[in-house]
Amino acid sequence: MKPRALGSITGIGETTYTRASDISSLEYQLQASLSAIADAGLSPRDIDGIIPIGLTGAPAEEFVTNFGIEDLRYSAVTPMGGASGVAAIQTAMAAIGAGICKHVLIPSGRNVSRGASAGVRIHQMPQFHYVTEYEYPLGAIAPAQLYAPMARRHMELYGTTSRQLAEVAVAVRAHALLNDNALMTQPMTIADHQASRMISDPFRLFDCSLESDGGAAVVVSASDRAKDMRAYPVDVLGIAEGHPDSPSAITHRPDMTRLGLAKAAPIAFEMADISHADIDVAEIYDCFTWVVICQLEDMGFCAKGEGGAFVENGRLSLHGSLPTNTHGGLLSQAHMLGMNHIVELVRQLRHEGGKAQVKDATTGLVTGYGDLGDGAIAIMARGSR
Amino acid sequence: MTSERKPTPHGDRYATIYWDATSRGELHIQHCSKCDQLRHYPSALCPHCHSFEHDWIVASGRGKLHSWTVCHHAFHPGFKNALPYTLVTVDLVEGVRTLGLLEEGTAHELTIGMPLQASFKKREDGFGDLVFQISGV
Repeated sequence: MKPRALGSITGIGETTYTRASDISSLEYQLQASLSAIADAGLSPRDIDGIIPIGLTGAPAEEFVTNFGIEDLRYSAVTPMGGASGVAAIQTAMAAIGAGICKHVLIPSGRNVSRGASAGVRIHQMPQFHYVTEYEYPLGAIAPAQLYAPMARRHMELYGTTSRQLAEVAVAVRAHALLNDNALMTQPMTIADHQASRMISDPFRLFDCSLESDGGAAVVVSASDRAKDMRAYPVDVLGIAEGHPDSPSAITHRPDMTRLGLAKAAPIAFEMADISHADIDVAEIYDCFTWVVICQLEDMGFCAKGEGGAFVENGRLSLHGSLPTNTHGGLLSQAHMLGMNHIVELVRQLRHEGGKAQVKDATTGLVTGYGDLGDGAIAIMARGSR
Repeated sequence: MTSERKPTPHGDRYATIYWDATSRGELHIQHCSKCDQLRHYPSALCPHCHSFEHDWIVASGRGKLHSWTVCHHAFHPGFKNALPYTLVTVDLVEGVRTLGLLEEGTAHELTIGMPLQASFKKREDGFGDLVFQISGV
């Protein structure tokens, strides 16, 4: 039996990604939102639910003001860092399923060039309270330093190597070169990765994602409406969010090599009623190379500890068995909080992936990761008319 | 220049108690007065019995290495002159884990599970940095 669609992504929008931009984060959110709404064939006033993403996300009221929405029925936030976007799809579907809304907008946009660096931003967030009180004064400032001990322990316990981390960076970079809207435009080899400077051991510069400006947005609609809308529908078959043990400090996590995604993934796969072999394309949150390896394990593509070997030999490349981050990811396209991953999965399943299109892709997944280990996953499939 | 100083603790109710103890060279761990369990970092409720009642113990500073990172990039100007420095995650013998710094110059010797002993190093702001050194077995 074909699994029931829980909801559909009916509109996607992205701005050009850049650095050192003068455009405000609100303008980016509005630009990306207008693109997504037009893509869905809707008017901005048709939006009746809004779930803004990210610390710099404008409140829903800004969209009411700028779009002239007369009857916004629902607004919410999903403060899970890079997992917020995928988690927001779940929240949107809950609101649609409850009959509260018809079309939920999930906007994101940021101008980090004009704002504070990541090491400053996170310590303004309540989710990081314990880290800010007890670890920040010691020098645990930025995500690279907070996440590195997870990777180091994984390497010590399982023999994961820096060259295996490089495999992720190299595969994703090759995809960015196929994408006209990617910030990174030069090829990368394993040797380039190994020669890049150490940031927070074991993370080298090329293990770390970009800081970038721009916006991305999606529209989620009820699946029975999606069939009649402008864009080819992409259905959400399975979705879940998961919160790790000790969500507020990695230091105390019983197993610091296991993320919240490990709790969410089995739920999403069961909901979608598909197996891992059915996944044609994966867009996996890649704030750091190792986080991709860990998520592959936590989703069950391989056993815990085997992720390093799993990514070898180009498995994540376009012509490998699990094409991953076909847009270039946070590592080489742009850091748009993983909203760019959602947009890319929808493009792939519409068969609008351009030079990076995975041939005949019908089923794929997107993950989010953020705030010290929160996770979310959506399994999507090419819909039908 | 104040911007060149390391960030100082903000000090909510529990953090103030914790950091004040570091200035006396003591590692305070929160203890549930009702069910006798330790918890770290300090929090409002005991996650085991949900009691607000608590007191504090002074930990030994002995523990074993759980993980680490050697920091080569300063994400805050206050750490520019401290590079490289090593953050260590340590399983304390009392049964809770904590983050600390590693004594300079010993990062190349680290392996998971190795015994460590903490002491406090006076900070510019008067509080103490929890600094571990590799100890004999």
